[in-house]
Amino acid sequence: MASYSTNEFKGGLKIMLDGDPCSIIENEFVKPGKGQAFNRVKIRNLKTGRVLEKTFKSGESVEGADVHETDMQYLYNDGEFWYFMDPESFEQVNADSAAVSESAKWLKEQDLCMVTLWNGTPIIVEPPKFVVLSVSDTDPGLKGDTSGSGGKPATLETGAVVRVPLFVQIGESIKVDTRTGEYVSRAKDD
Amino acid sequence: MSQLDQWRPSASLGMMRRRASVLREIREFFWRAGVLEVETPVCSRFATTDPAIDSFKTRYTGPQAAQGLPLYLQTSPEFPMKRLLCADSGPIYQICKVFREGELGDRHNPEFTLLEWYRPGFDHHKLMQEVAELVNLLSDDVLPVEQLSYAEAFQQNLKVDPHNATIEQLRTAAIDHRLPGIEDLVLDRDGWLNLLLSHLIEPGLGQQKMTFLYDYPASQAALARVSGDSPAVAERFELYISGVEIANGFHELDDSAEQQRRFKKDNNQRLETGRPTVPMDQWLLQALEHGLPACAGVALGIDRLMMVLTGSDNIRDVISFDLDRA
Repeated sequence: MASYSTNEFKGGLKIMLDGDPCSIIENEFVKPGKGQAFNRVKIRNLKTGRVLEKTFKSGESVEGADVHETDMQYLYNDGEFWYFMDPESFEQVNADSAAVSESAKWLKEQDLCMVTLWNGTPIIVEPPKFVVLSVSDTDPGLKGDTSGSGGKPATLETGAVVRVPLFVQIGESIKVDTRTGEYVSRAKDD
Repeated sequence: MSQLDQWRPSASLGMMRRRASVLREIREFFWRAGVLEVETPVCSRFATTDPAIDSFKTRYTGPQAAQGLPLYLQTSPEFPMKRLLCADSGPIYQICKVFREGELGDRHNPEFTLLEWYRPGFDHHKLMQEVAELVNLLSDDVLPVEQLSYAEAFQQNLKVDPHNATIEQLRTAAIDHRLPGIEDLVLDRDGWLNLLLSHLIEPGLGQQKMTFLYDYPASQAALARVSGDSPAVAERFELYISGVEIANGFHELDDSAEQQRRFKKDNNQRLETGRPTVPMDQWLLQALEHGLPACAGVALGIDRLMMVLTGSDNIRDVISFDLDRA
């Protein structure tokens, strides 16, 4: 992998830091009129998601990280790994629970996810912004109220629990915004 | 900013007007004070040897230089202005563009405008007073003036003696004050001092006032005289307003042999860090040999001054076209 000098630093650049792939968020050039110049950099560790700061001497080089994002189709979960397929090359990769993390509860087979690969291995899995999932369990007793005040919890086919309006029933499909975890609308059944 | 808007200036028209009036007031200030405005070459055969400053290089080819004459763009007009002083110019000032390779950020643009002036018969303390007088002439509010020695600034902020602390003590101070992500940094002593100053001390300097930091470590003398011995200090000062470095001044070194030693030391340091050496200004050395009147000089960044006068936090807001639009 190529290395990058501090002159190439910019938001989005992927570099290796302490053995982990990281993405630069912000890069600030600090230089006294007469004296050493520094680059003060805000970085996200892509494995842990943590944001940290790092100070480099200007002109130093760091190793680049072989990280790229690609759309992949979610196939299935075998209890240990989540399997994804590149829809063009049909190549398959498996992601562990650290990579899938909170996204697991939104993953539905066939859906296209954004997978971040580091040296070919998934480290981040992002579900689609909107998913359509069927309701596997919710309190059926509150039919007829359409005011939507408060709503009720519903368990979806993937195990996620979201608040839905009172009229939503077991077996119906709903559209959910995965970024907020909020109900958007009822969806037509396929 | 869209690509289509790139032709537009980065500064507002109001800013351009303010800038024009600041430049006019500066010229009137020096006219009244009897300081002569001069112009000196932007391109020179010689360059600054300062290990922390890199020059742009260009070339003249034509009559009298068929093979091409390498030229450096000035990073400050200091050397030719000192040659004028040695030629009995008396007090002089200049407003000019200077160029520094590798410097771009919120407070840096690779070409920027310096106001530089020299006062025969002044020492750095007397020149600090004149700098304060000029800045207060240009500022909407009269700013109180604070003078703080380099040692006092380090003592007050970090409880460290910058003249005697070891590298390990400076590194510990950086870690104790939670400077993030510095564990792997390898720096020399001045490097650590610069890190502590720029990251931990500067941001607090010159809040609702002008702060002059003076008596720098002798190792950071640049072109200043060194005096005293416990510790030896450089007769150098910097002005800070709102945490921004605005000006750098010296009680000027007038010793040709010492100047040559510093040039050589700088070039050696450039070699050690894998950077090209640059030709030492022989004409400056000859002029110093002839005799520089005892004087103090200062370079003040016009763009930075406009930033603090107008509360701008990016240099592009005070120059007509920043590098992105140049």
